[in-house]
Amino acid sequence: MSSQQFLLPDVGEGLTEAEIVVWKVNVGDTVTLNQPLIDIETAKATVELPSPYAGVVMKLHGNVGDVVEVGKPLIDIEVAGAASEPETVAPATPAPASEPAVRTAVLVGYGVSEDAGTPTRQHRRRGSTAPSPAGVATVAMNVAPTTSSPALAPRSTPPVRLYAKRHGVDISTLSGTGRDGLITRSDVDKALSPGSGVAVQSAPPTSTRFVGHELASWESGPKEERIVVRGVLKSMAEAMVRSAFTAPHAAAWVRFDATRSVELLASLKSRPSLDGVRITPLTLIAMALCDAARHYPGINSSFDDEHGEVIVRRSVNLGIAADTPRGLIVPNIRGADTLNIVSMANALSTLVQKARAGTTTPNEMMHTTLTITNVGPFGIDGAMPILPPGTSVILAVGQIAKAPWVVDDEVVVRQVMEIALSFDHRLIDGALASRALRHVADFLGDPAAALLAG
Amino acid sequence: MIEPQLVQLLTPEGERVYDDVYETSLTAEQIFAMYRDMVIIRRLCNEATSLQRQGQLALWAPLQGQEAAQIGAGRALEPSDFSFPSYREHGIAWCRGIPPELSLRLFRAVDHGGWDPQKYRHSVPTIVIGNQALNAVGYAMGVQRDGASEAVITFFGDGATSQGDVNEAFVWASSFDAPVVFFVQNNQWAISEPTIRQTKIPLYKRAQGFGFPGIRVDGNDVLAVYEVTRKALAHAREGGGPTLIEAFTYRMGAHTTSDDPTRYRVDAEVEAWKHRDPIERVKAYLVRAHKVSAKKFAAVNDEADEMALKLRVDVLAMGKPDPLSIFDHAYASEHPLISEGRRDMEELGVGGAS
Repeated sequence: MSSQQFLLPDVGEGLTEAEIVVWKVNVGDTVTLNQPLIDIETAKATVELPSPYAGVVMKLHGNVGDVVEVGKPLIDIEVAGAASEPETVAPATPAPASEPAVRTAVLVGYGVSEDAGTPTRQHRRRGSTAPSPAGVATVAMNVAPTTSSPALAPRSTPPVRLYAKRHGVDISTLSGTGRDGLITRSDVDKALSPGSGVAVQSAPPTSTRFVGHELASWESGPKEERIVVRGVLKSMAEAMVRSAFTAPHAAAWVRFDATRSVELLASLKSRPSLDGVRITPLTLIAMALCDAARHYPGINSSFDDEHGEVIVRRSVNLGIAADTPRGLIVPNIRGADTLNIVSMANALSTLVQKARAGTTTPNEMMHTTLTITNVGPFGIDGAMPILPPGTSVILAVGQIAKAPWVVDDEVVVRQVMEIALSFDHRLIDGALASRALRHVADFLGDPAAALLAG
Repeated sequence: MIEPQLVQLLTPEGERVYDDVYETSLTAEQIFAMYRDMVIIRRLCNEATSLQRQGQLALWAPLQGQEAAQIGAGRALEPSDFSFPSYREHGIAWCRGIPPELSLRLFRAVDHGGWDPQKYRHSVPTIVIGNQALNAVGYAMGVQRDGASEAVITFFGDGATSQGDVNEAFVWASSFDAPVVFFVQNNQWAISEPTIRQTKIPLYKRAQGFGFPGIRVDGNDVLAVYEVTRKALAHAREGGGPTLIEAFTYRMGAHTTSDDPTRYRVDAEVEAWKHRDPIERVKAYLVRAHKVSAKKFAAVNDEADEMALKLRVDVLAMGKPDPLSIFDHAYASEHPLISEGRRDMEELGVGGAS
């Protein structure tokens, strides 16, 4: 037995540091050679690091969101067996004498300029083209970190790949149970089953996570604590400030009877043909908002200050605000307006799985046109969210709860819901916002009819 | 996405189809051997990527998706032919008999090349884009002047076709009927630039303007690549002059380990190409047409895993190079300035391998 330390390598030709995006192992886990350990984000790319050793994880150096310098420890692994085993061969270390005293980031293929000084945060960011995760002021789904480790290239067969794709399952999020970890049809079925933990509407756990950090308790923590603003937090902060001080925000909201939505969801649940498809209130809301865009394309637009133009889009990239271990991110569903209810449900499941597993790509967070933020799972009635930059409306969705409601001059118990629309008043006036919001409420008030009409 | 006028002998589903000009001469054993080659080089590539992520290689240029293009072309070569690669031709190096660990020496930054080009009749990787096309034409003109019946082949990517070097090589090869095959692996992406933005006509059609034949082959079909390349090489040996082969394929992974393709291409495109995987296709064919057993496929996987483990051991055991070796291959013979540089370094006390 010997303890091996894996130092953060320079994975991109002249990088100086990397940010921890997600740990894929925990202390005490047994890892195999080349098993994915961690995702790190460098100035060039988000990359997965495979384990150089087989053994047991003893220590993780650093938390999600921490920036680690190249050459500093990342993980300690207790390696079993004799030194002759391949994984215990001591790695050749680079010649220290030839290393410059201070490493300077190289972001293009022509080396470091002569006058390059100490690397700064600006240096690092200048080369980065990662979009800032368009943020919103409220949070939606609770996505917990996962310890399952998606393989570098998921192994499966073409028919199973096709099967998974048709059902909206991203096989990179699955671990195979077939021979040599091959992903089989039953693995896909398992992921599709209702109990697979794709919890769009899960109950809010008690979380001490704040700005991407695990906070110490009220009793044990320091009286005052300072946390560096970086990573997802920094992106969220910048996006919110940019949005709040460019787009004059206004809002409209409505309470309505959602009983028929609740009944429809219950009846769909018992249909055998929809086995494995998770149709939730969020699915119906997504359908409703896309339908509103089709009727009122003005809400699917943006204000291009630079060119003095308003851009109207006739295709919806539907952003869903997701609360992840890294913080708030808003991945989107491309062409959501073209999806039927089953495809929408599957697309939402995939989006959540990826957000939870930390495999959402920068590409999947770009070019959002409409956004939904769901505060319902937290037991909240409503919210007034801030717009993600580059979009003109965001829909906040509250909980569905029984409440007294007047039907035919009688007070009866109905399933009542509140929704709110924040909008950019430079291009959208109260009348348009109100009509679009009423459209969403009417859709959800009688979803079966609206879906048939759509 | 795949256009007509594309030579194909095996569909993405592994069905044999027939072409007016090309017929396969390969036996089931030979096709299985090519399947084995492809599995091994993919495994080699995965291991190299892992080694890079573990800080054991400075860089790696993955070839996933291009296995059929490289193995088909590599196996079409006669031992006497000479090849000039770019930096992604790990599959060609494998076919030329170069031990896998030698392919990694350059990427571990312990060598400027990795092997003796004369011994394997395979030049060292060329990083300067498209430069090897000129080297190949020069070599081919030498072959011509020697009166030898050898063919020369050079490999480059779609991005290289926009380089002056490649176009100059086309001009020279055409003017002198040089016995050279230009093999372009059109993997659709020159780092982040799509092929469609680099050329307004299919790449193989460019050959016509230079005055020699061009042909497009399904680069994910190992049988078709093999036959098309064999014919072009024979044509060159017989004095017929150059041919441009465009192997229409796809780079499934990143440009190099420093690249993040999710920033410039969409998942749907990658998904579509996954269904044209070059290895799955030949496997499906072998199972269906030749009843190759699961046991034989499993044995190949085991062999690939063993190769990967040995590769890791070999890479980790590579020592540091002697700093003075930097002077060794700059010129074929002694050169006064190089010799002076070496003497100065020796006097400074630099040197000695570890």
